[in-house]
Amino acid sequence: MMALDIAGLTVTIGGKEILRGVDLRLEPGRVHGLAGESGSGKTMTGLAVLGLLPHGARTSGTIRLGERDLLTLPPKELNRVRGGEVAMVFQDPATSLHPMLTIGKQLTEHMRHHLGLGKAEARAQAVELLTKVRIPGAEEAYRRFPHQFSGGMRQRIAIAIALACSPKVLIADEPTTALDVTVQAGVLRLLRGLCDELGLAVLLVTHDLGVMSAVADEVSVMKDGLVVESGPRGRVLREPAHAYTRSLLESLPEAEAR
Amino acid sequence: MSERGERTRDHVTLLSIDDLVVEHRSPGRPAVRAVAGASLEVAPGEVVGLVGESGCGKSTLARAVCGLNPITEGSITFEGRPVTPLGLRRRKLTGIQMVFQDPYTSLNPRRRAGDQIADGLRTARDTSTTPADLLERVGLPRDFAGRHPHEFSGGQRQRVAIARALAARPRLLIGDEPISALDASAQSQVARLMRDLAVDSGAGLLFISHDLSVVRVIADRIAVMYLGKIVEVGRTEEVWAEPRHPYTQALLKAIPRPDGMGVLPAELPGDVPDPANPPEGCRFHPRCPFVMDVCRVKEPDFGPVACWLHEPK
Ligand SMILES: Nc1ncnc2c1ncn2[C@@H]1O[C@H](COP(=O)(O)OP(=O)(O)OP(=O)(O)O)[C@@H](O)[C@H]1O
Ligand SMILES: Nc1ncnc2c1ncn2[C@@H]1O[C@H](COP(=O)(O)OP(=O)(O)OP(=O)(O)O)[C@@H](O)[C@H]1O
Ligand code: SF4
Ligand SMILES: [Mg+2]
Ligand SMILES: [Mg+2]
Repeated sequence: MMALDIAGLTVTIGGKEILRGVDLRLEPGRVHGLAGESGSGKTMTGLAVLGLLPHGARTSGTIRLGERDLLTLPPKELNRVRGGEVAMVFQDPATSLHPMLTIGKQLTEHMRHHLGLGKAEARAQAVELLTKVRIPGAEEAYRRFPHQFSGGMRQRIAIAIALACSPKVLIADEPTTALDVTVQAGVLRLLRGLCDELGLAVLLVTHDLGVMSAVADEVSVMKDGLVVESGPRGRVLREPAHAYTRSLLESLPEAEAR
Repeated sequence: MSERGERTRDHVTLLSIDDLVVEHRSPGRPAVRAVAGASLEVAPGEVVGLVGESGCGKSTLARAVCGLNPITEGSITFEGRPVTPLGLRRRKLTGIQMVFQDPYTSLNPRRRAGDQIADGLRTARDTSTTPADLLERVGLPRDFAGRHPHEFSGGQRQRVAIARALAARPRLLIGDEPISALDASAQSQVARLMRDLAVDSGAGLLFISHDLSVVRVIADRIAVMYLGKIVEVGRTEEVWAEPRHPYTQALLKAIPRPDGMGVLPAELPGDVPDPANPPEGCRFHPRCPFVMDVCRVKEPDFGPVACWLHEPK
């Protein structure tokens, strides 16, 4: 069974072809890691799934979620899918969080809107989620605004918001880039656990091949708007077939220093 | 790199931070002591890497150095003069440039990348370099000068922010997670570019990053921060080869290895502490595998390793 199937996806903005036929398949309970050159189109791929491409972008290909093709879904239905069945954590936490609302409000709004929970119930779940992503003093943090947290904490809050509606597919764009390695270890365990226990399908965009190696089941590598390599984690990281993947592995400070 | 050990007061220092305390105050809640008595020095031409747990106060410290966060206690001196809170306009004249953690909020969304870089060139009275030259140096196409910030990918935005800071020829450059969004090959290229700037022009570089493998390649010294304090400082090779503070040891152990084996890195046990309510004694004691009785009551208030296992004789 496939949770999300992207086939032949192209995106053109202002006459420039940014994605040139991307194929990616996500399965329930599996983490699909997506690496690639900066500017190769990883974030655009995530945005396309959620129907959040910049104004004037033209698309072709298909993005299948069950029976539906997200590229041709009417805006109203797509709205229901977004933040419900499919959630996204953005590369830049400033994009996921509303600066003027307390984080408690942002968490519960979501749950009450999509899951129809009562106020007290939503609050209890929100505090539980904040604890899960390891925000210190979750009860008190609930009442604070985004700017009162550090960069890494904002990213963890964004993850909590994405998980609030128990999505089936999570697109996480560099979710641990802003985190130190010990907190990152916690978030990676959290993501792995959600996959294993709840059957969440995850597309994990990361340029950190160490992170990739720790949690991804499948690995795909993008360059210039195309997936140039795709396969099981161990194979791609140990016997890369494409020259760009090889160059990534060779440029690791590890490779130099050891 | 090897002659740079712990610095003493009679060396020339560019930046000197002494017992710095910075609090965030918001109405109706206890003050958050984000920086709780931290000391650190940066010499001309030196690269100091600052690492530490998310929320431990790295950005707060960096912003205080730029005069963007008021100092509660202690002092910061830059080229012998105290740093005082400044307006953004005057900050440009002080010789300190900072690349902020979040390039989306620090770049002006309404102005073209080239125009923002040109501001820096004007500050340095540089009439021979063009914004396109700087874009090229950070590995971006020259014609990106005409684009607005929203037309860039995350990593491209970070490079624009670096180009803008480099344009002003600062004598102290602070990078707050400046290259976190770049792929591995671009990271080493841009990190080296920042290092070269420091070494070639005698500027200092304070490089904040959670990516220890990058810090290791470019920093002369590493400072490790935990909950508002610097808990270990030392030469990079030494800290890497033989970390002494238990927190530093945990940090190095949590780096995931790109070996394709699917091994989840070790997590630090216990809760991330709340800086509004820090633990008594050693701030790391609730999570430390080596905790002793003294650790629960008495703070190890010394360097270069703030831990009772490493008390200076
Ligand atoms: N609004 C826009 N208009 C035109 N081009 C854009 C726009 N937004 C992004 N681009 C371009 O699209 C390409 C793909 O961008 P995308 O953000 O998907 O890259 P990415 O792979 O996520 O890179 P990074 O790792 O740096 O975040 C980039 O070359 C970028 O410059
Ligand atoms: N404006 C503010 N008001 C109240 N508290 C704040 C404010 N800014 C930061 N803090 C708090 O101060 C502490 C230190 O934050 P800081 O941003 O300096 O951390 P950091 O080390 O840079 O973390 P990260 O690696 O996640 O960016 C955190 O607990 C944060 O919640
Ligand atoms: S002082 Fe004690 S609790 Fe603190 S780090 Fe050292 S051994 Fe651990
Ligand atoms: Mg991106
Ligand atoms: Mg920070």
